[in-house]
Amino acid sequence: MNQSTSQPNLPRPNFWRRASSLLYEKPWLGLVLLLAPPLLWLGVFYLGSLLNLLFYSFYSIDDFSGQIKYDLGFSTLAQLFTSSSNVDIVTRTLSMSIAVTIACAVIAFPIGYFMAFYAKGRTKAIWYLLVLLPLWSSYLVRVYAWRLILAREGVASWFFDTLGLRPVLDGILSLPVIGGPSLSSSYLGMFLVFTYVWLPYMILPIQAALERVPKNLIQASSDLGARPAQTFWRIILPLAVPGVAAGSIFTFSLTLGDYIIPGVVGAPGFFIGQVVYTQQGAVGNLPLAAAFSVVPIVIITGYLMFVKRLGAFNAL
Amino acid sequence: MQNAVELHNLNCTFTSGSFQLRAVDNVNLSIAPGEFFSLLGPSGSGKTTCLRLIGGFEQPTSGVIKLFDTDASRLPPFEREVNTVFQDYALFPHMTVRDNVGYALMVRGVSRAERVRRSDEMLETVKLGGYGSRKPSQLSGGQRQRVALARALINKPRILLLDEPLGALDLKLREEMQIELKGLQRQLGITFIFVTHDQSEALSMSDRVAVFNHGRIEQLGTPRDLYDAPRTEFVARFVGSANVISGETLHLESKRQYALRPEKVGISSASSTSPSSGISSLTGQLQDIHFLGSQTRYEVLVGGERVTAITSGAESCEIGSSVTLTWPADAPRLLEVQM
Repeated sequence: MNQSTSQPNLPRPNFWRRASSLLYEKPWLGLVLLLAPPLLWLGVFYLGSLLNLLFYSFYSIDDFSGQIKYDLGFSTLAQLFTSSSNVDIVTRTLSMSIAVTIACAVIAFPIGYFMAFYAKGRTKAIWYLLVLLPLWSSYLVRVYAWRLILAREGVASWFFDTLGLRPVLDGILSLPVIGGPSLSSSYLGMFLVFTYVWLPYMILPIQAALERVPKNLIQASSDLGARPAQTFWRIILPLAVPGVAAGSIFTFSLTLGDYIIPGVVGAPGFFIGQVVYTQQGAVGNLPLAAAFSVVPIVIITGYLMFVKRLGAFNAL
Repeated sequence: MQNAVELHNLNCTFTSGSFQLRAVDNVNLSIAPGEFFSLLGPSGSGKTTCLRLIGGFEQPTSGVIKLFDTDASRLPPFEREVNTVFQDYALFPHMTVRDNVGYALMVRGVSRAERVRRSDEMLETVKLGGYGSRKPSQLSGGQRQRVALARALINKPRILLLDEPLGALDLKLREEMQIELKGLQRQLGITFIFVTHDQSEALSMSDRVAVFNHGRIEQLGTPRDLYDAPRTEFVARFVGSANVISGETLHLESKRQYALRPEKVGISSASSTSPSSGISSLTGQLQDIHFLGSQTRYEVLVGGERVTAITSGAESCEIGSSVTLTWPADAPRLLEVQM
């Protein structure tokens, strides 16, 4: 019996054939090859530089020379709590982030609900388009457009005048904290722009979460005697929590770190992002900039833990 | 007598663009209190839509649904004294088993302590005592099924709808649950309306069965009626298995079809035949033999038609040989002419 009858039609093994067999026999090798490039990228360029940045928050700056002192310590981080203006910046940014997140959730929920339960086929596609359309244009363009809309002689103001609601606008603007000389130079205006800009990031996760709620759970609830409002509070809302949590992580962290919008619209008064930007750039106080960038990381981590306790990730 | 459920000229048409589907086509039906009633049919026959109409999950296009003499045609599900066991159970994933079972009590404002007591009691009834604080995801298919049952029964509905509740269970578990369901129904005295595509399930559990086909009730009767006296070819073939043989072949009324149950047909090798009164016989050629364990199935070609015989013993016949088929003369059932 010769070789050709015992192994019919099997071509001679070459390099590629051997490599394929090796990968087939050792699946982990394939995984390593697949993941090594992205992990290297993430590890070196992202995590590496992030850790380096965080390390800087333990350094401090010499008040006289303006040079960085490479001695590890907590003096820079302590400034976040000891200097009242720094505390103000953190509270201001945090309050804005919370307000924007709540507003986004409240506005996004009905839209996501409609898209998940009522919109079908073509209507649904149009709604997706409407939600995503703003993301196609530059964020800067939209923010500057809002400045014009909210300006003293802008569209919003004209609108109030036309409807004869000027006193209402003036009343709102005369309120403490959120008011100001005009919408474009008040925290209210900034809040509106933030809410507008991040809204799609809240709608889509909520819509996706509601889409995944089996329709027969709603029928089962109704079957067991629950009125629509009870079904909403007991079944639909709890099952949408993961979506709201995912969306809120977007809106919350995006607001926490943004440095453009507070500079273009709103009252004077720094936000975390702006501080980081100016401290590391114009001022050259890299340790303080690093210390400020630790704040969102800590807050987001705390927030994620809070959301996890709510059970937002149970469905994952 | 007051009926638990009455359907009068019930229609349900689904429209999608220019396409119309008459899911339920002029159905009339009355179900007595305490009855175990099955809606049997293949998928797409309208049996599930019919159940969903009774539950209130679909709106009838026309017709009347009466529950205990009250017109419920337009009532939402939460206003009907009907509870449902859904096909895939529809347990609330974010609630414990106890909260699932107690849900109907909670939405009615029953106190927490009372809810816990009654839920645990109900869980005992379905043999799931001690499982109250688990989540549905921690249960097996059979256990989820019991939770769904407990949840639907806790409010003591007068009518329980079951939409293919055993479909997802394996054979052994399904047979156990059939017995348990039947026992539970007797014990509680509730009207059960049971949707299934499994004819043996319908036959073994039900007091009466409605066989659905193309949105219409093809035949309605006790399991024995349906099996012994199928009116149409569809019922004869769907309920159990049947030989549908032309009148010409059987030397009966021509141009008509007859149903003959395979187990009524005896088989013997051609030579050993001695005709007797009350017995009909035909000769044919044996095509195939299938050994099924407790039974043997024979495929015989008689006058160009295939006839199946099932016997409990094994006859000494050879494939290709000539055989004689015998059956009681009154066994073939004349079938209605189909439109």
